[in-house]
Amino acid sequence: MTFFALMGALEQGLVYGIMVLGVYLTFRILDFPDLTVDGSLPLGAAVSAVCITQGMHPALSLLAAMAAGFLAGALTGLLNTKLGILHLLASILTMTALYSVNIRIMGGPNVSLLGVDTVLDPLMRTGLPGYYASPLLFAVLAAAVILALIWFLYTEMGQAMLATGDNRQMITSQGVDTHKVIILGVGLSNALVALAGGLIAQNQGAADVNMGVGTIVAGLASVIVGETVFGNRSLPRAVVAAVVGSIIYRVAIALALGLKIGSFSFTPSDLNLITALLVVVALTAPRLKKRFGKC
Amino acid sequence: MLELSGLTLYFHKGSINEVRALSDVNLTIHEGDFITVIGSNGAGKSTLLSALAGSYAPHSGSVTMRGQDITRWPEHKRARFMGRVFQDPLRGTCASLSIAQNMALALRRGKWRGLTRGVTAADRRLFAAEVKKIGLGLESRLDDRIGLLSGGQRQALTLLMATMVRPDLLLLDEHTAALDPKTANQTLLLTEHLVTSQSLTTLMVTHNMNQAIKLGNRLIMLHQGEIILDVAGKAKEELTVNDLLAQFYKVKGEEFSSDKMLLT
Repeated sequence: MTFFALMGALEQGLVYGIMVLGVYLTFRILDFPDLTVDGSLPLGAAVSAVCITQGMHPALSLLAAMAAGFLAGALTGLLNTKLGILHLLASILTMTALYSVNIRIMGGPNVSLLGVDTVLDPLMRTGLPGYYASPLLFAVLAAAVILALIWFLYTEMGQAMLATGDNRQMITSQGVDTHKVIILGVGLSNALVALAGGLIAQNQGAADVNMGVGTIVAGLASVIVGETVFGNRSLPRAVVAAVVGSIIYRVAIALALGLKIGSFSFTPSDLNLITALLVVVALTAPRLKKRFGKC
Repeated sequence: MLELSGLTLYFHKGSINEVRALSDVNLTIHEGDFITVIGSNGAGKSTLLSALAGSYAPHSGSVTMRGQDITRWPEHKRARFMGRVFQDPLRGTCASLSIAQNMALALRRGKWRGLTRGVTAADRRLFAAEVKKIGLGLESRLDDRIGLLSGGQRQALTLLMATMVRPDLLLLDEHTAALDPKTANQTLLLTEHLVTSQSLTTLMVTHNMNQAIKLGNRLIMLHQGEIILDVAGKAKEELTVNDLLAQFYKVKGEEFSSDKMLLT
């Protein structure tokens, strides 16, 4: 693996790490498997890209992306809590609807950001090469999101969210409206995913309606790999593990893509297959360990 | 203080499995009442408590609290008046959170939860003092996850959490039934202590007739979703298990089933 490939994987791992933090929030904290992310990642990209091409400051466009992501997540939460649709199905419905919405927002299947300023440009102007600038910026942002998320989870509201995912009857008896908590939590999660989407679009110079395919699987893979490798003994550790998992996941993907066996090599289109296999292995590893440990 | 009138509640209404769990229940709970609720399996004891807590919406009738109609209030909204302990010791606490965090969640029952610290230093001092009351030595373990505690310890904590912010009404749903006899007895003593020391208005469901007679100032018996007996004060003090059985035969005129109710 070359140095550039490693920096590329690190950059991807960090920026997607923000998305993984969102997936962690729903999947682990709220116990809410949320597939909205496959739609809210390109939603964030679309909103950010369109805002920038309309003349908005690129940093501000990220806030717009987060707001849009929050709404998408809140919609999933509403479908689940107020209309009583199964969480998984509710999120699939939002995700499906977002495909059309994203094309509407962009006025087509993609928007190019070539030649316009992005959040990365100020850093590049200092003379820092691109392969340093983007990992650096994403590392700072991912760290900020990690700190903010940990801080939030220790607030009164965050504690109520943890309790909602753990024991809904208990927290209801303590006077918390779990519907509101779920709507807020899934909203926040998708705001983070949309932020990642906006950053990815600005980094790669385009937003595309199909860029969200496989987001949830990559997110789950990262969460699980992170927990397995880095551990989840305490809450802060589990939050950090999500981003660590994301980096490991991207490095593993980069290694797999660089693999050559005779005339066979993986192509980027094999990514989803590799990811799905990785998740299956990560999910069944504890069970396999138990079974073979007994023999 | 709290009034149920004409409360009727069905399960699976309109289906072949329709069950009338509560049938035109009228009950007035006075300030300071400690009511024990008995009845055979399926008599509607737990359903009555759940209907009070707002877990189930009644099909007719009303629930009035201090003159305010709360029939349509959801569970979380009623929680500001009510403390609740469940039969299953795992239901009242969050296993993945610490003792202090669980208690902090209970300390803010019915209050707005904002972006301030979930557990403050002042909270911790309060919790250490509160936990001493249950005498299980948990005051040094405030940061342990609740999942590490035994069922009895969790139930005692749930009881403490339900009463830490004084509830207008304390609902105990067979909260000692899932514990071993010794722990059940300790939990019962703790219950008695917490209820009488703060003179809490309490509704306690139990399967144990002796318990029902010994505790509280009022006893009600349910059968097939109806209150068939309601004794209070002196009459309650003089009540014996035989009286209860006799009452039951008299009202219902049928053979008393040999279920858990007799396991005293």
